[in-house]
Amino acid sequence: MVASSYQLKRADFIFKNDNDWERILDKTLKRPPQELINELMSSELKGRGGAGFPTGLKWKLTAEDPSDEKFVICNADEGEPGTFKDREILSKVPYKVLMAMAVCGYVIGSSKGYIYLRGEYKFLVPELNKAIQEFEYYCKEVGHDFSIQIFLGSGAYICGEETALFESMEGKRGEPRNKPPYPTSNGYLGKATVVNNVETLAHTFTIFKYGAKKFYDLGVQYSRGSKLFSVSGDTPKPGIYELELGMSLQDFVHEFGDGDTKAVQVGGASGFLVPRKRFDKTTIGYRGKLTGISLPTGGSMMLYNSSRSMYNVLDNYLEFFREESCGQCTPCRVGCQQLHSGIKAVKRGEKPAQYLDKLLKLTETMQLTAKCGLGQSVANSFSSIVENFREEMIY
Amino acid sequence: MNTKINVTINGFQLEVENGKTILEAANEAGINIPTLCYHKDLCIAGNCRVCMVEVSGQKRLAAACATPCEEEMEIQTNSLKVRNSRKHIIELLLSEHNADCTKCYKNGNCELQELASEYKIMTQDFLRLAPMKNYTIDQFSPSIIKDDSKCIRCQRCVRTCAELQGVNALTVAYKGDEMKIATFFEKAMNDVVCTNCGQCINHCPTGALVERNYIEEVWDAIADPNKHVVVQTAPAVRVGLGEALGMDIGSRVTGKMVTALKRLGFSSVLDTDFTADLTIIEEGTELLNRLRKTLQDKDTNVRLPLATSCSPAWIKYIEHQYPELLDNLSTCKSPQQMFGALAKTYYAKARKIDPDKIVSVSIMPCTAKKFEANRPEMHDSGYRDVDYVLTTRELAIMIRQAGIEFQKLPDNKFDRLMGESTGAGVIFGATGGVMEAALRTAYELVTGREVPFDNLNITPVRGVDGIREASIKIEKPLKEWAFLDGVELKCAVAHGLVNAKTVMDAVKNGTSSYHFIEIMACPGGCLGGGGQPIPTSPEIRQKRMEAIYAEDGAMPLRKSHENPEVLKIYQDFLGEPLGPKSHHLLHTKYIPRERF
Ligand SMILES: Cc1cc2nc3c(=O)[nH]c(=O)nc-3n(C[C@H](O)[C@H](O)[C@H](O)COP(=O)(O)O)c2cc1C
Ligand code: SF4
Ligand code: SF4
Ligand code: SF4
Ligand code: SF4
Ligand code: FES
Repeated sequence: MVASSYQLKRADFIFKNDNDWERILDKTLKRPPQELINELMSSELKGRGGAGFPTGLKWKLTAEDPSDEKFVICNADEGEPGTFKDREILSKVPYKVLMAMAVCGYVIGSSKGYIYLRGEYKFLVPELNKAIQEFEYYCKEVGHDFSIQIFLGSGAYICGEETALFESMEGKRGEPRNKPPYPTSNGYLGKATVVNNVETLAHTFTIFKYGAKKFYDLGVQYSRGSKLFSVSGDTPKPGIYELELGMSLQDFVHEFGDGDTKAVQVGGASGFLVPRKRFDKTTIGYRGKLTGISLPTGGSMMLYNSSRSMYNVLDNYLEFFREESCGQCTPCRVGCQQLHSGIKAVKRGEKPAQYLDKLLKLTETMQLTAKCGLGQSVANSFSSIVENFREEMIY
Repeated sequence: MNTKINVTINGFQLEVENGKTILEAANEAGINIPTLCYHKDLCIAGNCRVCMVEVSGQKRLAAACATPCEEEMEIQTNSLKVRNSRKHIIELLLSEHNADCTKCYKNGNCELQELASEYKIMTQDFLRLAPMKNYTIDQFSPSIIKDDSKCIRCQRCVRTCAELQGVNALTVAYKGDEMKIATFFEKAMNDVVCTNCGQCINHCPTGALVERNYIEEVWDAIADPNKHVVVQTAPAVRVGLGEALGMDIGSRVTGKMVTALKRLGFSSVLDTDFTADLTIIEEGTELLNRLRKTLQDKDTNVRLPLATSCSPAWIKYIEHQYPELLDNLSTCKSPQQMFGALAKTYYAKARKIDPDKIVSVSIMPCTAKKFEANRPEMHDSGYRDVDYVLTTRELAIMIRQAGIEFQKLPDNKFDRLMGESTGAGVIFGATGGVMEAALRTAYELVTGREVPFDNLNITPVRGVDGIREASIKIEKPLKEWAFLDGVELKCAVAHGLVNAKTVMDAVKNGTSSYHFIEIMACPGGCLGGGGQPIPTSPEIRQKRMEAIYAEDGAMPLRKSHENPEVLKIYQDFLGEPLGPKSHHLLHTKYIPRERF
């Protein structure tokens, strides 16, 4: 590892205390909606909570929908184990998120926003409500009609999936819906809805304040801007870091590893495990021509050193999925059970090693047929762990 | 906007209406796509994932039942990718399933079994998960058995109970590997708001929800030389039984059914249609009495509208959901229970048989009737009025077991005394039928003239709309009914409990102006009952409905009050409608129940 190739770029936008939000809001609300959409599109900001959908396009589609009523929802369900970046944003710079929601409302034609807050974050409610009151008061002052309400989640991981989130808000069981139709036309209460992650919204503040170019200049092609990473596992400095996208995993490990890093799970349970031999070939960013890997969820980076059994790691992930699947669709509900029980059976010698190949095929089916992102992405961790650490699965 | 779009399915170009799903388009093109969670009566769930198809340009497969066609879509329903995935999914379902088909009530009529057979799933490569689960079987209900080990979690039952019935007795509980279909607090089915309508049974693709069957008990009774086993058959059975035995949907098999029952060994084969006619006399009189008290005597203690009471699932529903409206219900027992009470009194006496030796069996399109027969108050004959209730499906099983070639049977007539009926009794089997039958009789009683409808067919109350309204103006009544002169009799008909809810909310809020309402718990009325042949669909029910009205049209007598056996029973036994004997044997009381 050569020090000169060291390229990790810290950024400091999200938590920067921009105490001029009133001015930014005033200024932004005076610009035509189309101009704001163009600004977002040219920043190439992609969603920081889910599949990396271009945020500008999401707002544009919702703005164009003829729905008589529309909603803005801030997804603060943050269910990924070991991630708490959204919590930090909401407690440190809540006004950025509130402002972004109001601007989104202005752009798409909505006067009602919700924050879907993870049940465990209930303690944030008093402070957050204070901020909302203040914010709404200001909006009224400047004649902008927008209100925000907090909705406390039930604690199920699946409710972070946007359509399950709608169901849960509508008082139903948190089960993902069929897509299409998409939230941009049929969201909460069947109305056109923008759902954005907390961090995504916070980034739009940066873009509206400093302009798209400032944001675009960070990162690399297809992966623009900065992103919060929740660093955990075998690292001397766990925590939340804002880094430019496009870094190589090699550099990341150089900075955060304990010198004995064997593998990194990028993107949490639904993400991929990258073994040491692929650190230098892996770029952290969204899937695109240049980057080697996608960043499926909220920016969790879990480091494992050589004392870790990858079998145990996989066992934990599968147990998580087995329990957190909503259970409605066959490939995910039964698939997760088969994978979890299956690796145990191989480990105990009750099934031959080749059974792992059958399970790998099963994950392909899950990816092809599961109803939502949860079931579709189990294949990521399963195949990346089984393929790279096959011996650890067997012996 | 009925624009057309072009799609290609398996290489065939096809024009479909915009908005159609891939499944609908494929069916139009004569291509079959397997489904499990899909049902024509219900909203789309898209959870079983056996209907996955390949759409060019898409990374993942699409659920055919839930995905609308798009312009220029290219669809493959049988590619290697599709087939492999589909097989996997069936294998997964089976791995969670107690697939002991030979010991399963649904063996031979199960959508999962059919799929497994179609895809020739001969091996079980995946782990068997079923033995590791703590599946339970709920056998506490007299009507329904719920066996979780046979459940594929398609949620058809949940949607049925919510969308068709508005009862929500079944919901999804827990998540992940523990996800299951459960009642409120996982209480037994007989301990919750379930109405026993059996619609969930009719819509369940597997053996997870089935009727509690009494086939062996009935065989035992038939074989007992000391027992005299009488059987009654409900109106809707005669348009469903043929279907259950491989004949065309909507076959009318009244005569064959009678022959089959005789060959099975029943001592006497009688007809619930007889007590349906009797119901019309009692209930019609009750309606006219209430009208007289309200309109003439200005008695404010009398409740209107009068609601029919022949659907026991509806009765249990109103007992739970509208206990404050129980006085609106007619006090008439259902025709089944009237029959039961008479079988062990009137019939026993006339035939000089010790009622203790009589076993009374009924063949019903209904599972709620099993519960009804089991109600403690249904002992007015001094015995249990109806001993066993079999569904149309159970009768079909007995006929098969007896080796009877049903289609080749000659026709036969019901036995006398309680076997005569009219077209009015037959149409009890269809939604709107009780209303029509009651109007045929009441109007004539009041005016001395036939109802002013062509050929007695009161078409405004017929049909399949969930709620139908009609009114009949009474002109020039007989002297005795002068208070009804010029009165517009307002009626409503609802079927499916979710529609009953709409009507009853209006009654409760005082926004309805009805005098008489007919409510049947099941979609289509009894012909779509929870004990009728599976599968069911709007098309199937339509055919059965046509058969019912054809049966009515073919009857020499069409009005209940012309049934000679009905006239005779009043003369010889009951005295007059609503008289003391009627009151004792033919009427009942209702019990308020809890809302949960
Ligand atoms: C199983 C599952 C869990 C999810 N949980 C979250 C979550 O906790 N927070 C979040 O912002 N997005 C979550 N998502 C992604 C959302 O569905 C949605 O894509 C996202 O909120 C969109 O916002 P973005 O475009 O700003 O990323 C989850 C998705 C899946 C499939
Ligand atoms: S993939 Fe899993 S979580 Fe998603 S709908 Fe299916 S069962 Fe539910
Ligand atoms: S439910 Fe169907 S597949 Fe299951 S045991 Fe019964 S018949 Fe066989
Ligand atoms: S009980 Fe039947 S209808 Fe209900 S989910 Fe299970 S298999 Fe489906
Ligand atoms: S029998 Fe009827 S009320 Fe009871 S659970 Fe089934 S559908 Fe619901
Ligand atoms: S039939 Fe389409 S998902 Fe079940």
